Amino acid sequence: MTARIIETSSTPFKRVEVDTVTVDIIENALRNARVEMDAVLFRTAMSPGIREQGDCFPMIANRDGKMVVGQFGSFIYGFMEAYEGELEEGDIILTNDPYMCNAAVSHLPDWTILVPIFKDGRHMAWAAMFGHMSDNGGMVPGSIPIGADSIYQEGIRIPPTKLYKKGVLQSDLLELILHNVRTSNWNRFDLNALVAACNTAAKRCAEMAERFGDDIFYSTMEIMLERNHMAMKAIIEMIVPEQPRVFEDYVCDDGVGMGPYKIRCKLWREGSTAIFDFEGTDPQAASSINFYLNEDMFKMFFGSFTINLIDPQILFNDGFYDLVDVRIPQGTLLKPNFPAALSGRTHALGRIFDVMGGLLGQSAPDAMNAAGFSDSPHLFYSGYDDNGEWFQLFQIGFGGIPGRPVGDGPDGHSLWPGFTNVPNEFIEAYFPLRVESYVTIPDSGGAGLHRGGNGLTVAYRFLANGTISVHDDRWLTYPWGVRGGQPGMRSTKRLVCADGSEQWLPAKCENIRVKKGDLLYFNTWGGGGWGDPYEREADLVRADVARHLVSVDGARCYGVVIDTDGNVDTAATTTLRDQLREERGEIELFDFGGSIEEIKSRCKADTHLEPPTTPTFAHTTG
Amino acid sequence: MSYRLGVDVGGTFTDLLLINEQSGQTYTAKVPSTPEDSSIGVLNGVARICSESGTDPHSIRRVMHGSTVATNSVLTGKGAVVGLLTTRGFRQVLQVARSFCPGGLGGWVSYVKKPLLAPLELTIEADERMAADGSVVSALNTQSLRDELQQLRDTGRVEALTICFINAYMNGRHEQQAREIAAEVFGDVPISISSEVVPEMQEYERTETTVVNSYVAPEVASYIRNLQSSLMEHMGEGLQLSILRSDGGLASSRAAAESPVNMLMSGPAGGVAGATYFSHRAGYDNVLTFDMGGTSTDVALIQDSKARIRRETRVGDVTVRAPSVDVRTVGAGGGSIAFVPEFTKALRVGPQSAGAVPGPAAYMKGGTEPTVCDANVVLGYLPSDVQLGGEMAIDKLAAEAAVQKIADAIGIDLMEAAEGIIKIVNESMFGALRLVSVEQGFDPRDFALVAFGGAGPLHGNAMGELTQSWPVIIPPGPGVLCAYGDATTRVQDEAARTYVKRADQLEAKDLLRDLEQLRIRASASLDADGIPAHQQEVTYQADIRYIGQAFQISMEFDRDELLENGLEMLTRRFDEEHEQLFTFALGKDHELVMIRAIVQASATKIDEVKVGERGAGLEDCKLHESRFYYKGEWHDAIIYDRAPLHSGLVIPGPSIISEMDSTTVILPGYAATVDAVGNLLIKPAYPAEERQ
Repeated sequence: MTARIIETSSTPFKRVEVDTVTVDIIENALRNARVEMDAVLFRTAMSPGIREQGDCFPMIANRDGKMVVGQFGSFIYGFMEAYEGELEEGDIILTNDPYMCNAAVSHLPDWTILVPIFKDGRHMAWAAMFGHMSDNGGMVPGSIPIGADSIYQEGIRIPPTKLYKKGVLQSDLLELILHNVRTSNWNRFDLNALVAACNTAAKRCAEMAERFGDDIFYSTMEIMLERNHMAMKAIIEMIVPEQPRVFEDYVCDDGVGMGPYKIRCKLWREGSTAIFDFEGTDPQAASSINFYLNEDMFKMFFGSFTINLIDPQILFNDGFYDLVDVRIPQGTLLKPNFPAALSGRTHALGRIFDVMGGLLGQSAPDAMNAAGFSDSPHLFYSGYDDNGEWFQLFQIGFGGIPGRPVGDGPDGHSLWPGFTNVPNEFIEAYFPLRVESYVTIPDSGGAGLHRGGNGLTVAYRFLANGTISVHDDRWLTYPWGVRGGQPGMRSTKRLVCADGSEQWLPAKCENIRVKKGDLLYFNTWGGGGWGDPYEREADLVRADVARHLVSVDGARCYGVVIDTDGNVDTAATTTLRDQLREERGEIELFDFGGSIEEIKSRCKADTHLEPPTTPTFAHTTG
Repeated sequence: MSYRLGVDVGGTFTDLLLINEQSGQTYTAKVPSTPEDSSIGVLNGVARICSESGTDPHSIRRVMHGSTVATNSVLTGKGAVVGLLTTRGFRQVLQVARSFCPGGLGGWVSYVKKPLLAPLELTIEADERMAADGSVVSALNTQSLRDELQQLRDTGRVEALTICFINAYMNGRHEQQAREIAAEVFGDVPISISSEVVPEMQEYERTETTVVNSYVAPEVASYIRNLQSSLMEHMGEGLQLSILRSDGGLASSRAAAESPVNMLMSGPAGGVAGATYFSHRAGYDNVLTFDMGGTSTDVALIQDSKARIRRETRVGDVTVRAPSVDVRTVGAGGGSIAFVPEFTKALRVGPQSAGAVPGPAAYMKGGTEPTVCDANVVLGYLPSDVQLGGEMAIDKLAAEAAVQKIADAIGIDLMEAAEGIIKIVNESMFGALRLVSVEQGFDPRDFALVAFGGAGPLHGNAMGELTQSWPVIIPPGPGVLCAYGDATTRVQDEAARTYVKRADQLEAKDLLRDLEQLRIRASASLDADGIPAHQQEVTYQADIRYIGQAFQISMEFDRDELLENGLEMLTRRFDEEHEQLFTFALGKDHELVMIRAIVQASATKIDEVKVGERGAGLEDCKLHESRFYYKGEWHDAIIYDRAPLHSGLVIPGPSIISEMDSTTVILPGYAATVDAVGNLLIKPAYPAEERQ
């Protein structure tokens, strides 16, 4: 560790006995403080990305930087490793550079604020939060250039830097940074909001320590981590088998013509330790789809995911980290060499969750969900409106939640925690466009005993000339189904120009010029189906048809025949189901919709787009 | 002689308060609620209170009513079958909602979405479009609409209809046209249109709110109709029935039936109004209210005797855009169940509740799970050794057996477990009090705490310790406080619209002109109820934010202020308040998001009866000797009867004060006095440094 923290009091914190009830009270208070961080941020942030969509993540960590409450895991350890310098009370750190903080954040638009919390001269805890800024400068509005071949093209890089020194804002520095982004006013406000949220957490921690005693507060954080360790140990021993399991999934393409890229992971358990080994994952890409994955962050994904699966009551934090061993080979898509571009990491990030689901599901099929954590599609639209004012819209799209043991996947919902869509009326009031439809795509959710959620089709009518960029995935490979469930429909983008011409846009494209009157259909993926669709109650299928969620043709994927009055034709349904069962034969655990070769060979016919070429890895250096 | 009657219908009891408008004399009654038809319970109560007080029902002029009929309709999912008409392309606005899955990372794994209040199979689309500025993009296609509506009608299922078009908050003309056609097609099915119910931006929230209005409308309308006619039978044709709105104002029965979405929080609003009434009379205008019931606890912050109003109402999973008293609810109450999760061995309390059935173990109705109530019994706060005013018999052994399960699971002793349960539940209620105070920039130490509801007085002193809000006020009849609130509020209505204009591009006179139009709309319902213009008090509000911000603050002002000081007064006050909340202000780029006119009928004064010093000594009020457990030790405590207590007495802790429907605990180191209007005021008996 190279960062040094200056404390004016040298009295060490003492580990003391704390009764259960006090631990629970402090735990509750810490959870509340975390919720309050979000509340402060949402109320004061300004960009639609943060305030409407909630693209931001808070945490409170103990003195050592281990996250005690939060959701995306601690990035403090990485920072402490990388930061060369001293920290004292009143200092606030800003950074956005994955390469300078051991991938504590994974791309430049995620600006991170770190606040060391002091009380009576002693460093007691940390508060931190990152938020996705609307712009970070660089090649393209929104700062996620697909075609970038190095991080230098992705906008301003902020190494861990003191934004405040001893409580004083370094305004020269701030102005220098804001000078480099297209949306300086939004960023200024959002940054201010991140700082305000962290300061709130700092204040609450100090209040708690005051109320219960410093040593009790300190010890309680330790105990909370131990509680989590205890729970996760039991869970790991329960769900991770000793014999290895392997799962492979793909990022469809790199936006510059090659794909798909393989992510491969092997999972097994040795004693109480779960080992995730990514050996066999493809080398890094030449474009920006690399996802520099912090090992600790992956552990957190694993912990959060399994706790939600097993018992959401368990408080989830960094306590279990030594129970998980993550091995990511250098130079791969998940640990690229500097200065590989990283801004388009959202695709691989989403895919990591599918890989985890596929791995864990093999040993616990009852608890397995279908694939659907497919992506987090982005749309950028920018230009000058009729009044000559610059506008820049960044929208995150949502698709279908996969079919799950608990039931059907919700239609057009978010897999990311805390995210919401932006009201269309808000968009229309502030940006030169009109949303002409906002509905789910019938049949896009994979058929299953539990249906995958439908994707959305959003029709954007542009009311000003400008440029758009699209970032999406799962256009080539399918959101897979499980246990007999069928794959979900893939994503598509269709641009209908005012002059009547029409084109299918690739899933990843940028700087596409659009004219006033052009119409973009932005269609997201549907979730994979779960379980045997021929076992789904026919009346549920009928109801989905009546609700326009499944078409009459689509009902046949469930083996259900709907007559012209909208009722189930029982006899025809029985016959069709028998026939389909016969054709299908044995149910396999996964349905990927075919091999990569098969999918590629019918790519043009299915998607109107040429298949990507198999990646070659010229850029990789050891 | 004229009387007004406050009636609060709760889940278990119907509370009534009769006030003599000339003398201020009050009478209270409590009768069982009759959930199958609440008006029966109300009439039973009226009969009881009139006979006990010797009042002629015909001398009751006004009945003010807090009702949970709309709330229950939502909570039990038994509202009307709602048909929905949207703009083409938006039929699934409720299905997709805001795309939000609760529960953090991986929360989608276990999220189960509730059925829509307007089913998709009964949702149709109209060809029409308004732009965001309210201009017409394409006109309403009336012919295709009529066909679609006829098909919808022919399903035979639609009991209420909602119309919500995109951007109708800027221009409601298409919605009005569609309503005319729908009325022709559907006859007397009630129709709600979004531009009238809630002309605010955000299509999902506006649709949901309007649908909820439709969802509860038929039941509320028939309830009000029945109640009104049966009350009139007993009290005469001149009777005026008013319903308490979520925002604490009263609406005439007619206005309430038209816009029932505004009465979802009628119940809690009554409690807050009652608490405000008593604390104001005790001389405390800044208070935190703490209403602890069986399954949940409601808290609110009152400043200058005014509750803060939130532009959003939440009932169960349903959130609507309707103004309500800013009451925060936590799932912690007397019936909350304590448990110890297997993996972490932590102690958790709630949100699961034992409810009325099977109830806490101590009540012997079949419950065996340890509840907060059981912990109170084990600790001696709810005495089991004497039969108090309440009707519930208490089985201490059953309570101990239940709490022992917690003790065994953690490996601590019984008393420690019981005290732990109380501490945890207090902490989670403290969390709610922090939400309304600290997190809004208020220091709870500047406030008094009013504790009421079934369990509020039991926990009030302990909550005061946590918040340091003194005194803790226990109003008289803490169980019938809502009825006081109902009886002491005023008729009110409001009209609002989304505005979205920059302050620096707006003239005060234009703003006033727009506000005046809203004022006319808001006055309409008071006019219709025969309240003359000179008895209508008008307040204006503008919701202001910095352009692009999600958060907004309602600034209140009147016509004269605005004329005199201009818009700058508003933006300056906004900056000040923003600074208080978030430690910074921008000083520019202000935007008026919403504007609103609120019209209130002038207050009619009620005289009050003072509780004088009476002859009884403290010894005369003593019921029994008992003991309770506090901070790891047993303390001898005397149980007093509340009724004879008066302002000449000081009741030192540790003690317990008992009355018909509630029990107040005074902890060691604290003492209570009685004020002139009958409140118990609990304060520290010694300066802070001498207390533990």
